[in-house]
Amino acid sequence: MTSPANLPEERIGVYVCHCGSNIAGTVDVEDVAQWAAGRLKHRGVVIARDYKFMCSSLGQEMIEKDIKELGLTRVVVAACSPHLHENTFRTACKRAGLNPYLCELVSIREQVSWVHTDKVAATEKSKAVVSGGVERVLWHEPLEPLRVPIHPATLIVGGGIAGIQAALEIADGGSPVYIVEREPSIGGHMAQFDKTFPTLDCAACILTPRMVSVGTHPNITMLTWSEVTKVDGYVGNFTVTVCKKARYVNTDLCNGCAVCQDKCPKKIVDEVFEAGLGYRKAIYTPFAQAVPKFPVIDRENCTYFQKGTCRACEKFCPTGAIDFNQQDETITLQVGNIILATGYDLFDPRRIPHYGYGRLANVFTSLEFERLSNAAGPTNGKIVLRDGVTEPKSVGIIHCVGSRDRNYNNYCSVICCMQGLKFAHLVKERTGATVFNFYIDMRTAAKAYDEFYQRVLEEGTLFIRGRVAEVTDAARLHGEEGKLIIQVEDTLASKQRRIPVDMVILSAGLQPRRDAKAVAKLFGISCSADGWYIEKHPKLDPVATMTEGIFIAGCVQGPKDIPSTVVQGAAAAARVLGRIQQKEIALEPVRASINQDRCSGCRICNNLCPYSAILFHEDRMVSEVNPALCQGCGTCVAACPAGAISGTGFSNEQILAQLEGLLMLNLDGDGRMPVKVREAVAI
Amino acid sequence: MTEHEHFEPVIIGFTCNWCSYRAADLAGTARMKYPPNIRLIRLMCSGRLDPTFVLKALSAGADGVMITGCHPGECHYIEQNYKAMRRYQLLKRTLTQMGIEPQRVKLVWASAAEGARLTEEITKLVEEVRALGPLQWPTSLNGHGARPAVETTGAVVSAKEVAA
Amino acid sequence: MSENGAKPKFAMYWAAACGGCEIAVLNIHEKILDVDANFDVVFWPVAMDAKYKDVEAMPDESITLCLFNGAIRNSENEEMAHLLRRKSKILVAFGSCACEGCIPALANLTTPEAIFEAAYAGPTTDDGHDIRPQPEWAAPEGIMLHLPKFYRVVKTLDQVVPVDYTMPGCPPESHQIGAVVDLVIKALHGEADLPPAGAVIGAGGSTVCDECKRARNEKKINRFVRIQHVKPDPALCLLEQGILCSGPATRSGCTALCPAAGAPCVGCYGPAEGVLDYGARLMSAVASVIDSTQPEEIERILDGIPDPAGSFYRFNLGGSLLRAGKPAWSKQ
Repeated sequence: MTSPANLPEERIGVYVCHCGSNIAGTVDVEDVAQWAAGRLKHRGVVIARDYKFMCSSLGQEMIEKDIKELGLTRVVVAACSPHLHENTFRTACKRAGLNPYLCELVSIREQVSWVHTDKVAATEKSKAVVSGGVERVLWHEPLEPLRVPIHPATLIVGGGIAGIQAALEIADGGSPVYIVEREPSIGGHMAQFDKTFPTLDCAACILTPRMVSVGTHPNITMLTWSEVTKVDGYVGNFTVTVCKKARYVNTDLCNGCAVCQDKCPKKIVDEVFEAGLGYRKAIYTPFAQAVPKFPVIDRENCTYFQKGTCRACEKFCPTGAIDFNQQDETITLQVGNIILATGYDLFDPRRIPHYGYGRLANVFTSLEFERLSNAAGPTNGKIVLRDGVTEPKSVGIIHCVGSRDRNYNNYCSVICCMQGLKFAHLVKERTGATVFNFYIDMRTAAKAYDEFYQRVLEEGTLFIRGRVAEVTDAARLHGEEGKLIIQVEDTLASKQRRIPVDMVILSAGLQPRRDAKAVAKLFGISCSADGWYIEKHPKLDPVATMTEGIFIAGCVQGPKDIPSTVVQGAAAAARVLGRIQQKEIALEPVRASINQDRCSGCRICNNLCPYSAILFHEDRMVSEVNPALCQGCGTCVAACPAGAISGTGFSNEQILAQLEGLLMLNLDGDGRMPVKVREAVAI
Repeated sequence: MTEHEHFEPVIIGFTCNWCSYRAADLAGTARMKYPPNIRLIRLMCSGRLDPTFVLKALSAGADGVMITGCHPGECHYIEQNYKAMRRYQLLKRTLTQMGIEPQRVKLVWASAAEGARLTEEITKLVEEVRALGPLQWPTSLNGHGARPAVETTGAVVSAKEVAA
Repeated sequence: MSENGAKPKFAMYWAAACGGCEIAVLNIHEKILDVDANFDVVFWPVAMDAKYKDVEAMPDESITLCLFNGAIRNSENEEMAHLLRRKSKILVAFGSCACEGCIPALANLTTPEAIFEAAYAGPTTDDGHDIRPQPEWAAPEGIMLHLPKFYRVVKTLDQVVPVDYTMPGCPPESHQIGAVVDLVIKALHGEADLPPAGAVIGAGGSTVCDECKRARNEKKINRFVRIQHVKPDPALCLLEQGILCSGPATRSGCTALCPAAGAPCVGCYGPAEGVLDYGARLMSAVASVIDSTQPEEIERILDGIPDPAGSFYRFNLGGSLLRAGKPAWSKQ
């Protein structure tokens, strides 16, 4: 058992909460308090009390009074989980003039009374937990939060609706915003959609005004056709390197007349915006309302770049804006906060071969259908088969493609039910075709969503509950020839069915971006095994991440519909604006630091930090932790072979002392610790 | 096993602040039940898990140790739980070589939503360790920390004993 | 200097040790003359004849400086530890065996039964008559002879008696011994202060890497190899080449002799300041930089360390938290 040098001067108060009967029903709280007062007296406990509700204002005042009147130097509260009330009791200590970090909250509710039934065992365990808390708090140090100034500019990565919303909120709030988008235009997936459920307003009609606002806002700097390549620094003070790819169009001269696009002789299938259903030129804007209006030259497909001749665009450009000599540009931005709104990729239904996508012509993905039904799309909104002319007489819409399926993704993609219903409505409205929806469960849980479902039901769309087994063109029965046959078990009728249709739409799920993990690494945040970015708290802090100063919004955090995406964009903006307004941020002082004399520069720790907080000084051959970058995980502390790294708030001494306390090594027969004092050496 | 009938093992559990400690919180909130033999220590991350803590626990009276953290790929500090995993795998080899039953030290991944899983794993470990019997590392064998009394007892073997 | 003008008394003793520490002391060359000039050597079994009873007859604390090397393997070792503690003002745990148990303490991984079996009945040591040391033997002269008791677990010196200083190394480097001798002599003349009680002396404050000249990078290990199986890059950190080098965890002071000679550090200078368990520190560090996230692949990489307990605790098992393998103390 080790004791800190200051043990004799310490005065500890122990406070055991009844939490009504939540704790007191299973733990003899009075016994725990009395025991602590007696058996832990030699460890500095001068007072131990139990109280009905320690977190109530009366309970807190009791602690404050004791701190002042009894001169407590440390406080242990045995109550609920620290995730609930650590802050409450720390604040109470602070009010009474005690450094908040000299307070330790140990849980005897979530970890004792609520999970155990044997009162004797629960009481004994509570004593051990209190004993651990007392030993730990003896090693606590008074700490001050780290204060970091916040640069007022914000970087938003991703120009979809989440990024647009966040950018406008922050810019309207008066702070500068950089928005980086990898495609030539902002707009994201929403710009590809036709109608939006459940109100059926046209996506372009509601989105384009916002895009224009972004493009013209004095506080917003748009960097499209650009990608972030490097992120340095920390909350309040990030240095971000952006690669602005060469557009080969001088944006100062270009007036967006699109003559170049007319004149360009090279036509390419547009796999991105038109989902492979339409064409674009080698010089292009993804769509007519693109923001910015400036086109880009796709080098891979440009005749001039590939063969050295053509230059049609240059010849016809009325403003002389074409510049084949443009080079990629590297820009460095200083920002205080970053919002990642990089969105999602559509699940690739080719991965489910038995649904026939890519093999059977008239099987469409949801994104393809969006383009098909879009008035500005390749068919001007005509819903036709792959031949481009035939209207389908019957359409099957398959839900949960790639979602809620152990073979692909376990999660629900949230939007596919409503998307399927929207498709059903559009098909019905535009073609009058018979529509079948194949679903597992219908999930229409949001404002006005279920009403929309009712509407589609009333329109006469047919619903079959069951996961589709197969889509095939192999006709077996009369009437199946030339059709796509959907084989499904109708689980409501307990029947196998074969439904012949002309067109199949796969309501495909959402997936993390294919480079989500690499991007997460670039920004130093964590993502789930699926690849969705992990929020700081799933309920109470859904747009913050574990990395201070980096926020997430929209589908990057998990599948969601447009309303929720917009909410998150705005929420992330609110968080950032709050930060900017405070001008500085107080960071938890749970940080690692390296004793420079003891560090041998072995470099074991150097690549253990995912936040690159550890830098190695080649000149002095020692490593050092940048406290503003450090997130306090303690991995380097545990790894340092020389024991030269210590972790404030989670030091070896604190953890080992808590361990000894939990194992009751601090008790001896007569309640006193054997203390061995060696006299100083003298000759 | 009769001698172990009344043996209540003491297990020290190391939890990470973001996943497994929250799983323990959840187990509580949902009133799930597990044996009171485990006592938890909250670390910020399983990456903070220093093998020293495990050795200290085993040498100081614990009969078993549970190390918990976020699932691989889901670490709140991005990838630190992998470091815990590597240390665990190496430590386990060393402990096995030292004659400590490998079942006594267990690594469990539990997300914040997996209160039930944590409950189940704790229950399982307590029963496994109960079946193994007490470890009760002699306190006289406690590194430099605890120096035994002047007279040496117990830990002596005479050559006669060996020859016998 | 003592009041009556007599020289301060010096003693050196070996318990369970190999004798290397003694040689290291003699290796301080002409400085040994300073020892002789400043001290009256009263007890040093390897260098002069003396009987235990002579030591017993000395007044308590009459020996100014006693360098005690060797681990506590048997009751004789322990008796001598107590005796010399009583008779000495300054007792130094000298060398790795006394400090950390060193190689003798690796026996703690096994049982005395197995040790005796190997020592007296192994294929190379069997005398054909299975003759084993007898703890008690009636001599023809009519007296009963006793052998010291063999302990189940080897101990370090500070586990049986309080120790004033520890001086690590297997053996301590001669230049470090020389420096300590100089310091003690200065202190005797009132020209210097002794370090605070309990300090580690004759060693540095960092770890071996601090003195190692090999180039170092960020570490990522995807295989462990044994030194005899590879031709290591002479200028690059050995650990980065997959050779298990204990340098990062081992206290500095040896001038990184082994890595300089192309061999990995084996850890004889023991843990760095404040470290509770040397092996745990080294295991934690080495495992942390394994370059894999797949359990199976990690196992495969770890297969490259065939004897983890022996590798991570080669010199330090006796001073470690567990101190011994379970079989050593549980007589099952």
